[in-house]
Amino acid sequence: MMDLRIFARSVLLVTEKNMRIYYYKGAVVIFGLLFPFIMFLTFFIGRNLDLVMFYPAFLGMMLFFSASSTGPLITPWEKREKTYERLLSLPVTLESIILGDILAGAIFGVVITTIVWSAGSLILHLPLANAGLLAVTLPLGALTFAALGTLLSSPAMSNPSNVMMLSNLIRLPLIFVSGIFIPLSQLGNWEWILTSLSPLTYLVDLFNGSINGNAVYSPVLDVLVLGIVILGFIGCAKLIQQWNLSKGI
Amino acid sequence: MEIIEADNLSKSFGPVRAVDKVSIAVKEGEIFGFLGPNGAGKTTTIRMMTGVLTPDAGSARICGIDIHKNPLEAKMKMGIIPENGTVYSDLTAEQNILWTAKFYGMDGFSRKKRADEILSYLGLTERRNDIVRTFSKGMRQRISIACAIVPSPPVLFLDEPTGGLDVFSRRLVIDTIRRMNDEGSTVFLTTHNIEEANELCTIISVINKGKIIATDSPEKLKKTFDTANYLEIAFEQPVKKEWFAGDGISRVETHGDKWRLYTEDPDRAVKYCAALAEREHLKILSIATSNPTLEEAFVQLTTGA
Repeated sequence: MMDLRIFARSVLLVTEKNMRIYYYKGAVVIFGLLFPFIMFLTFFIGRNLDLVMFYPAFLGMMLFFSASSTGPLITPWEKREKTYERLLSLPVTLESIILGDILAGAIFGVVITTIVWSAGSLILHLPLANAGLLAVTLPLGALTFAALGTLLSSPAMSNPSNVMMLSNLIRLPLIFVSGIFIPLSQLGNWEWILTSLSPLTYLVDLFNGSINGNAVYSPVLDVLVLGIVILGFIGCAKLIQQWNLSKGI
Repeated sequence: MEIIEADNLSKSFGPVRAVDKVSIAVKEGEIFGFLGPNGAGKTTTIRMMTGVLTPDAGSARICGIDIHKNPLEAKMKMGIIPENGTVYSDLTAEQNILWTAKFYGMDGFSRKKRADEILSYLGLTERRNDIVRTFSKGMRQRISIACAIVPSPPVLFLDEPTGGLDVFSRRLVIDTIRRMNDEGSTVFLTTHNIEEANELCTIISVINKGKIIATDSPEKLKKTFDTANYLEIAFEQPVKKEWFAGDGISRVETHGDKWRLYTEDPDRAVKYCAALAEREHLKILSIATSNPTLEEAFVQLTTGA
């Protein structure tokens, strides 16, 4: 029977290590912080759009990029530096490493997005339709996309730039099919089907619901989908990393 | 009491059988040496025994706890220096040690006290706040050792801990291993360095092609090959190999400027060499008889020579 106290401690210590080392890496700052800002400005500047209406989608994009930016870096970086084996030899399990990686990404996402939301609220006087829902949306969305980041880093690669390339190959198309640039309510039938397949759609919908009160889906459905997606991402990451371990990769 | 146990550990990578039914039992307080040539299966075995690699078959226990069934509890009992001795190069020396200590549930005061003690012993007090990236290989290895010994673990796994180190760093590593053993840690050491194993270990297993081929104390392993006594002799003048043929000399090798003559009867060989020197007007520079070294036992075991 696993000692839960030791397990919880190992998760928090892996998180602590990730926060100390990876938050300052160039790839995290560029893809987790600068990139969503630039994307938003590129889309917004010069167009006569209602910023208050688009702000929830911007927050969704911000949380998506920031939470999913540390995960892809950690495991490949550690495999390259050969610290992954040291980590595995400490009192940790594969689960505690995966959860520690996810938690570090999620905290980064929550902190950055909270700052952006606070700044938006102060400057643009954003409405707040449902504070409770926002309090659920932030950690849930952060965990979902931090789990995606960790899943992307799970294949046996020891070159962080390859993993960042793979992660952007998957992340970039998602922002165009998730109701960020075109509101869900304005989508056609086939576009609707496409967007419903993206987990980012449900995060953007939750932000719309909590800030503007303009959610398309029920918040329960959004939360349920994201919860299932988190479990799916964690399960896949564990399977892949377990397979790698059995092969000595 | 056996504190480290492995039962029939096996691992294949594709068609290659890296480790084949390896069983090991190390008693409390021993320094166990695990010797083998490159690719023999040492690191694969140690990885399976420390929970880094999942075995295809077999089990390993640390202090009676199965490493694969209860990895957290088993790993709490051990400190490890992995093959490359890597630590986090973006953290300082002290941060690496303190962070590692937290995994073992040490409180803040104990962590700091133990870190101070270890940093001082390893001669790193002045560099404690420097980022490890700026350290030499020897200093990094010292930090790796510090991380392994910070919880004063009952079991210490060391995978090639002195590889590529200068003589001073190597000496420090060996002294640390002895010190930890004196303080109660059981040590499992893999090494290429035969003399190091001879100097440190109370018991040795030799692995070759994934299988353990011998386990005994260093002296008993050497005794296994006690027919391989030799005489080492150096002459001032050039000597022909054929001159040593016969008279109980079974094999002749050159070692630098010396001749090594393997014989079952060193006394007879000495007399033969003295007669040879007399006959050929040679001046003997040095002469010594020797028992086989552990290195020779190792070579014979692993090559079947």
